[in-house]
Amino acid sequence: MSEFTLWDIVYNLALAARWTVLLSLTAFVLGGGVGLLLLMARTAGNPWAMRLVRGYVELFQGTPLLMQLFIVFFGLPLIGIDVSPWVAAMLGLTLFTSAFLTEIWRGCVESIGFGQWEASASLGMNFRQQMRYIILPQALRIAVPPTVGFSVQVVKGTAVASIIGFVELTKAGTMITNATYAPFTVYGCVAVFYFLICYPLSLYARHLEGKLRHVAR
Amino acid sequence: MSLVELHAIYKSFGELEVLKGIDLRIEEGQVIALIGRSGSGKSTLLRAINGLETINDGTIMVAGKKVGDRDTDLLTLRLNVGMVFQQFNLFPHYTALENVMLSPQVVKKLSKAEAKEVAEEMLIKVGLSDKMLHYPDQLSGGQQQRVAIARALAMKPRVLLCDEVTSALDPELVNEVLAVVRQLAEEGMTLVMVTHEMRFAREVCDKLVFMHQGRIHESGAPEDVFANPKTPELANFVGGLAGAA
Ligand SMILES: Nc1ncnc2c1ncn2[C@@H]1O[C@H](COP(=O)(O)OP(=O)(O)OP(=O)(O)O)[C@@H](O)[C@H]1O
Ligand SMILES: [Mg+2]
Repeated sequence: MSEFTLWDIVYNLALAARWTVLLSLTAFVLGGGVGLLLLMARTAGNPWAMRLVRGYVELFQGTPLLMQLFIVFFGLPLIGIDVSPWVAAMLGLTLFTSAFLTEIWRGCVESIGFGQWEASASLGMNFRQQMRYIILPQALRIAVPPTVGFSVQVVKGTAVASIIGFVELTKAGTMITNATYAPFTVYGCVAVFYFLICYPLSLYARHLEGKLRHVAR
Repeated sequence: MSLVELHAIYKSFGELEVLKGIDLRIEEGQVIALIGRSGSGKSTLLRAINGLETINDGTIMVAGKKVGDRDTDLLTLRLNVGMVFQQFNLFPHYTALENVMLSPQVVKKLSKAEAKEVAEEMLIKVGLSDKMLHYPDQLSGGQQQRVAIARALAMKPRVLLCDEVTSALDPELVNEVLAVVRQLAEEGMTLVMVTHEMRFAREVCDKLVFMHQGRIHESGAPEDVFANPKTPELANFVGGLAGAA
């Protein structure tokens, strides 16, 4: 009935999937950068910075991603900043990602035993040197598998951007469905696309976990 | 002038007063053993000398200079006073050589070549010339502890603090570490060690300090202290050890 062949569906979804990947990558990279700054603030020992970061993390962990996007998308215009769906989605997902990565990494930093701090202190290192040479290199090794694992959550999280009208994989699926009236086929294809992006990441995270070497346990 | 002088050191953890006015002088070249029951404050005292515990009251002087609470004072203190821990605390992500090189390079700003030279010298000194490129998880406990000693020595401290450096080791590995400590003592290194190895303390140390409930209860030459303890607490402690052995 429809003029869409299966090939057309797949082709159009593939085009939209590029935006899903781009949005995920952007959110992940920017979120990682912000997360690292927050992590430093959280661990440096200033109680106010600590409380602030903790509040930030709890805010984002305690509300649905969808609400966070709505607040960015509808809230910023209220204070006179108009944002496109792309900017809103990127901003919202970056904030979301930074909060979760900060928390994951904080756990990794705190899993480094107190003895490492003491030994490096007794050798005359200051906080910056301890972080740079002793704590972060170890924390990063431990952090890689859960971080890669979390990237899967980011990819799946990009789906909510469809609701504010950003045309990524899910939104494209909805649009094609409206044209074809074949929701099962279309959303089936959408799911396959998500799976093709996420599954290798999960596999890779698991592989990295098996490869951890020379870390204190 | 003593190398390190402690005067009226007090330290509490919350309500619990752990150090109750410690006076101690550490002379250049002296080898001091700290003994006493569990919980008497030995580790806390060593950690205070290294600036790992902030004290509530009292003064610490190193080479005649008072240690204040500025960051540079703490750094000066730690450059003069090295420490070896019961649990080794090696950096697991670096090789033995890198463990020893790191601080000379980063803190003392030696060039990589200079730091490597010092590190190799120290690792040879502790008998690990063939293990330099091993990671800590590829070394036995005794070897790890010797790396930790080399790491502290590479900073060329004037005093080395050792907190029960053999307590975490399997019995058959204790001697290789004690041999290194003995060698350091013979070379004239100033040492303060918390130990339960009484025979070793007796043979190697110039001075024995018995701590009891946060105070220095008795101190003196090892022969005297062991042969005629002046207080019942020390007699008890020494007797308890003999009984256990
Ligand atoms: N960080 C801390 N917080 C609270 N209490 C502490 C802390 N460190 C030590 N203590 C307490 O201080 C007292 C003295 O401890 P310390 O470790 O100095 O004893 P010690 O003489 O080294 O004993 P051991 O022979 O068991 O090593 C103990 O009662 C201990 O529980
Ligand atoms: Mg102790």
